[in-house]
Amino acid sequence: MIQTKPIKPRKPWQASPAQRALSFAVFAGALLASYILVAVTPLKGKLAYFVVFFIIFTVLDFVFHFVSRGLLAAKDAITRAFVFLGISLAVLPIVSIIGTVIVKGVKGLHWGLFTHDMKLNSVSDPISQGGLVHALIGTGILVIVAMVISVPLGILTAIYLTEIRGRFVRPIKFLVQAMSGVPSIVAGLFILSAIVYTFTKSYSGFVGSLALSILMIPTVARTSEEVLRLIPDDLREAGTALGGTQWRTVAMVVVPAARSGLATAMILGVARIAGETAPIILLTGGGDTVNSNPFHGPMGSLPFYIWKSYAVGTPESITRAWAGIFVLLAIVLVLFVSARMLSERRSSK
Amino acid sequence: MSEVNSESRPQNLVSSLGDVARRHYESKTATTQVQGVGLEARGIHAWFGDRMVIEDMSLDFWSGTVTALIGPSGCGKSTFIRTLNRMHEFIPGAAMAGQVLLNGDDIYAPGIDVTKIRLKIGMVFQKPNPFPSMTISENVLAGLKLAQLKVSNKEDLLEECLERAGLWNEVKDRLGAYGGSLSGGQQQRLCIARSLAVRPEVLLMDEPCSALDPGSTLKIEETISHLATSMTIIIVTHNMQQAARVSDYTAFLLSEGGPGKIVEFGPTGDIFSRPKDIRTENYVTGRFG
Repeated sequence: MIQTKPIKPRKPWQASPAQRALSFAVFAGALLASYILVAVTPLKGKLAYFVVFFIIFTVLDFVFHFVSRGLLAAKDAITRAFVFLGISLAVLPIVSIIGTVIVKGVKGLHWGLFTHDMKLNSVSDPISQGGLVHALIGTGILVIVAMVISVPLGILTAIYLTEIRGRFVRPIKFLVQAMSGVPSIVAGLFILSAIVYTFTKSYSGFVGSLALSILMIPTVARTSEEVLRLIPDDLREAGTALGGTQWRTVAMVVVPAARSGLATAMILGVARIAGETAPIILLTGGGDTVNSNPFHGPMGSLPFYIWKSYAVGTPESITRAWAGIFVLLAIVLVLFVSARMLSERRSSK
Repeated sequence: MSEVNSESRPQNLVSSLGDVARRHYESKTATTQVQGVGLEARGIHAWFGDRMVIEDMSLDFWSGTVTALIGPSGCGKSTFIRTLNRMHEFIPGAAMAGQVLLNGDDIYAPGIDVTKIRLKIGMVFQKPNPFPSMTISENVLAGLKLAQLKVSNKEDLLEECLERAGLWNEVKDRLGAYGGSLSGGQQQRLCIARSLAVRPEVLLMDEPCSALDPGSTLKIEETISHLATSMTIIIVTHNMQQAARVSDYTAFLLSEGGPGKIVEFGPTGDIFSRPKDIRTENYVTGRFG
């Protein structure tokens, strides 16, 4: 019998340890060189480190690849360096925002935030007193009312665009796209002049929700449209071939087939408006006590709480604002992650 | 392969397909009888925009028979079959002329409820398309909900339709599973069961096996043979063996640059063993198409 060795899985396309050590040496060399350069020249600060490091690393990497593998590989390396620079410049602000919010926000967190409102406290009181439950409830109500208005309207718009395909498809598509670019303060001012000054004459959560709906409808409509477009025409034909009218086919076949996608559209719409501030400041009045009636009286909300606390400017009020930002960001993050999970479940099915 | 062999091969094919068709005919006449005209197409023309795609097609489809429509791609088979249950009009820019008579009434007459027509003339598509959000049993009964029909005993109907579609034994223990969890061939038989649940008189099948493997194809062909005893079946197929195996009548359609026309229509045995038109002979012997 011939003794055969069991075949081990290998990855011949990967860099060898020696090559990897060399690449690391180039990286470490660039780091060291930039440290020395900043130390001995008048260049100062983090930005200087970053710029000097990038230049030295790019040059070293180019030379290294040119010597070891030739000009083409060297050009490839330089392109890669610039792509990495681009990504880090794009991601840096996001990471920095999240980092700052976490670092500054956790200082203001305590359980009392979720059980107390600001009825008996001022924003400059010690951080352990008072809370933002009124703002949480207010934001919840504002979002729910806006959802009740926008989700049906948005989905119906999407159904018009993908199912009915009437003669107004192009203008409506254009309008929806244009609407998704409307600045939030314009939506707020519109509701202020068209509804508040003309009819209600007072602040309330409801008019705030109306303004938020203006911002939410385009998001819901556009996402829903994309989702419905993914449903194959086979299913629509099968529904009609079984004697269904168009309405029954859409309601029983097309929309159920797209339901997780439509849920994603709804969540993205909510995430879009949960932190909107300008229309809230103009329209809701921003109370300090829990108000669960959207049609009467001023209503607090997270963005308003943050804005108001930050504007006062004492150390306590600023800590309060950061805690509010932390809570708001956490809510939006949870919404985005659940939208992501819903759509992944859809694509894996 | 020698010259002589390649010359003689088409001749063999003609006789073998003719044999298949004759065997099918003999087995069939023993069990059923033809019950009169179920569906009549009268001078059907169809257009997409300004382009005429089928011209003056007239055919009678008899109850209790299977009619196969064969012909090369682009000859208007699918368009023709879609005019028969008014699915043609869903395509933007579509137009048609002519009459389709179901039990003597024109389905294109003004005032006709088109959804009722599609209940009587069901359709099975090229690609299996079970409704993804519904379970197997919901899929079968979907037509009742879509057309808002009432049925006294849903369980019986469910079993009957799956039985007739030849799927009951494979799915009876998992009727609550989603339709998408079945194999391609099972999905297609589920779609057949779904069209049967609204009790159509005519069943149109647009290349129902083109996306399936030979085993599933065989099962669907058995299903078609069973169904043909009680309804009118019209099947578009690219597979001439299939046409010979399942159909009683065959129409050969051809588009010679212009709109598609019917070249020859007759009993399947005749079309495959002694075609009258040279173009039919060339097609069924595999010389083109």
